[in-house]
Amino acid sequence: MVVKDVIAILFMLGGLFFFFTGTLGLLRLPDFYARLHATGKADTLGAVWSLMGLAVYHGFSLTSAKIVFVGVFMFLAQPTATHAISRAAFRCGVQPWTCETAVLLKEDKGGE
Amino acid sequence: MTQFFLIIGVAMCVLVLMCLYRATFGPTILNRAAGISAIGTKTLIVLLIMGVIYERVDMFIDISMVYALLNFLGTVVLAKYLETTGEI
Repeated sequence: MVVKDVIAILFMLGGLFFFFTGTLGLLRLPDFYARLHATGKADTLGAVWSLMGLAVYHGFSLTSAKIVFVGVFMFLAQPTATHAISRAAFRCGVQPWTCETAVLLKEDKGGE
Repeated sequence: MTQFFLIIGVAMCVLVLMCLYRATFGPTILNRAAGISAIGTKTLIVLLIMGVIYERVDMFIDISMVYALLNFLGTVVLAKYLETTGEI
């Protein structure tokens, strides 16, 4: 096992950790904005780390440059998409989660 | 090393299934859109891992570039559409 493989393994494991955190936030957090807050940032960082790990594993070539380009594109595009969809939610009138709305929602459900 | 990439790919597929819960049962269409966007990001990485396993990264990288563009465009277009119609 050479140094390149070790660096690639570390990058891929870090990316998997961030992906796991983002997915957990997407599943567990109470409200749409909070879910976007989790997945929008953690998924971006996980994708960039995984792509860097793959680029390091592949070595120095045109394919590696393309992988790095995809990483840079993700770094620009993913926050833009997250911002666009959260702005759409705000303009549609989705209310952010607070303690009061949580109590109201609980009363609507019949005290579950 | 192929085994390691295989394990990472399988773990990523499990994460995709976890996101699929939000994309299927999400209360509104916005939650579904967020789940689908997260699935697209993970699919891109899984595509590249498949390329490494099959030793054809030079072919799979082009597919994943197109996938990244389509994922971004799909989310932005859906957000614009929901913003103009004003209903969720």
